[in-house]
Amino acid sequence: MRHGKYPFILSFLALPVGLYAWLVILPFAQAFQISLTDWSGSSNQFNYIGLDNYVNLFKDENLVMPAIRHTAIIVVALPVITIALGLFFAFMLNIGGRSRQGRIEGVRGARFHKIVYFFPQVLSVAIVGILWQQVYAPQNFGGLITGTLDLFGLPAPVNGFLADKRFVLVSVIAVLVWSSVGFYLVFFSSAMASIPRDLYEAGIIDGAGRIQTFFKITLPLLWDSVQTAWIYLSIVALDVFVLVYMMTPDRGGPDSASEVVGGVIWKYAFNNGEQAFASALGVVLFFAALTLAVVSLRFGRREQIEY
Amino acid sequence: MATQTPAKAETAQPDPPRTPDAPRVEGRVMNVFSQAFLWLWAVMVIVPVAWIVLTSFKSAREIAVDPLGLPETPRWENYVNAWTNGHIGGYFLNTLQVMVFSVFGTMLLGAMAAYVLARYEFRGNRLLYFMFAGGMMFPVFLALFPLFKTLQNVGLLNTYPGLVIVYIAYSLPFTVFFLTAFFRTLPTGVAEAALIDGAGHYRLFFQVMLPMAKPGLIAITIFNIIGQWNQFLLPLVLLSRNPEDAVISQGLANLALRQGYEGDPGALFAGTVLAMVPIFLAYVIFQRQIQAGLTAGAIK
Repeated sequence: MRHGKYPFILSFLALPVGLYAWLVILPFAQAFQISLTDWSGSSNQFNYIGLDNYVNLFKDENLVMPAIRHTAIIVVALPVITIALGLFFAFMLNIGGRSRQGRIEGVRGARFHKIVYFFPQVLSVAIVGILWQQVYAPQNFGGLITGTLDLFGLPAPVNGFLADKRFVLVSVIAVLVWSSVGFYLVFFSSAMASIPRDLYEAGIIDGAGRIQTFFKITLPLLWDSVQTAWIYLSIVALDVFVLVYMMTPDRGGPDSASEVVGGVIWKYAFNNGEQAFASALGVVLFFAALTLAVVSLRFGRREQIEY
Repeated sequence: MATQTPAKAETAQPDPPRTPDAPRVEGRVMNVFSQAFLWLWAVMVIVPVAWIVLTSFKSAREIAVDPLGLPETPRWENYVNAWTNGHIGGYFLNTLQVMVFSVFGTMLLGAMAAYVLARYEFRGNRLLYFMFAGGMMFPVFLALFPLFKTLQNVGLLNTYPGLVIVYIAYSLPFTVFFLTAFFRTLPTGVAEAALIDGAGHYRLFFQVMLPMAKPGLIAITIFNIIGQWNQFLLPLVLLSRNPEDAVISQGLANLALRQGYEGDPGALFAGTVLAMVPIFLAYVIFQRQIQAGLTAGAIK
């Protein structure tokens, strides 16, 4: 194994590592550097201004602060709702069918449900955006929800759900949940498949109902997966932007009611020509993601249960 | 890796004779409730998608006036408009042109790096591994502008080769992370035997290890195909000069924007359906592998 090992390692790593360093690591490092300057992005002139950008970020009540608040809401809501639904569905589809002749099974049609639920996950954000924009559209543009509400004589927002300050953020979160639940259903299903069946059978013999089975057996054994899902979804939630860009009026409107951090970075970088300011906000976002991951790994740690 | 789908659940078995004891009643109430909820979600997924397919056959007037009704006559010309005026056909070809190279490049470079990181010990191995894996956490828009400048400086901005290398670089973190875990699980015995038989490191990789890693490679290839097909942000920034060069997601977004003032929503939805069709077919055919592939990395 010894001879020619290092030339081989070098020849295999040179291209991937080089490309990665050039196009991923370096741009990120540059973004950190840019965030300490007053660079607009168009000229070649800039001065280092220390942490001024970071201080000014939190004074921007027009875009940045609303965006941070909305992103915070998404970071809490998206993981909670998606994981709750994902766990519930996974449990029902894998174990919830209860024993038929002593065997633990999912409810009927489990396979069909899994295929259907997962489908939104493979659709591009562009498609999802166009689809839901029309679903949420005002009645005179042929919206699905507004049209249905009208059919039953119920009131609907006149300008549709996305042009209404009260509904726009909730509508965006609903679409995010809609497209992610299937993934976590399948993710939790695979984890549940590795839990030995006799644990459930023992529980049933002891008279555990389905709700008890879920909270006393399934959930504790799935803790690691829930934690992983939490970190994934938090990062997804922090990075929410393309959907807002595709669906909402003014890419974050109306009146900044759906402004998110990613969108504000975009606006400052590509519309307002304030590269440095945008980069500072990006750096804050990066550390937020890092902190969330570290915190959930540290405080989410439970005793490992061997089985 | 293994996504278990309990196919058994579908074969209806006669229920054992019911006894009216308490857990049974609780079970039945739960059953009705949870079945209803499961179907509700299925409907919520199917209805918007089916409705957009239906809408894509309507005239602009029908879409606005009668959103819930059937089209009087199916307007296939929406599809013709989307394909020709909406350039969906062109966007398809553009995307293919990029992805043939980017997916192959991602898999080759990803497998090479992952293999070395998984099976060879050398200084800096862990550091490189974490450098790749850590990339999964970077918010892409933080790098967008420096990346834009980088490509501009080397003349690759607004070109397909530029987009290809960027796709490869940004697909590497997950690919390397996943494949490293996969190569670690492969038995060492075969590799040792091959080395004793006089195979060099290169032959060992291409003729022994790659074939052995096939299941993992397939899963992650599907993951990368879907991921790159759906990529939106990178082409939006790096391929923005000529609208006709757009890849599919970007092209759809352009179409959505133009539809605003050209007033042809039918063509937009037809275009959306057209963009959905290849993914839908691939999904139906490969759904097991796709589900396994997309969730696999998370499980390792």
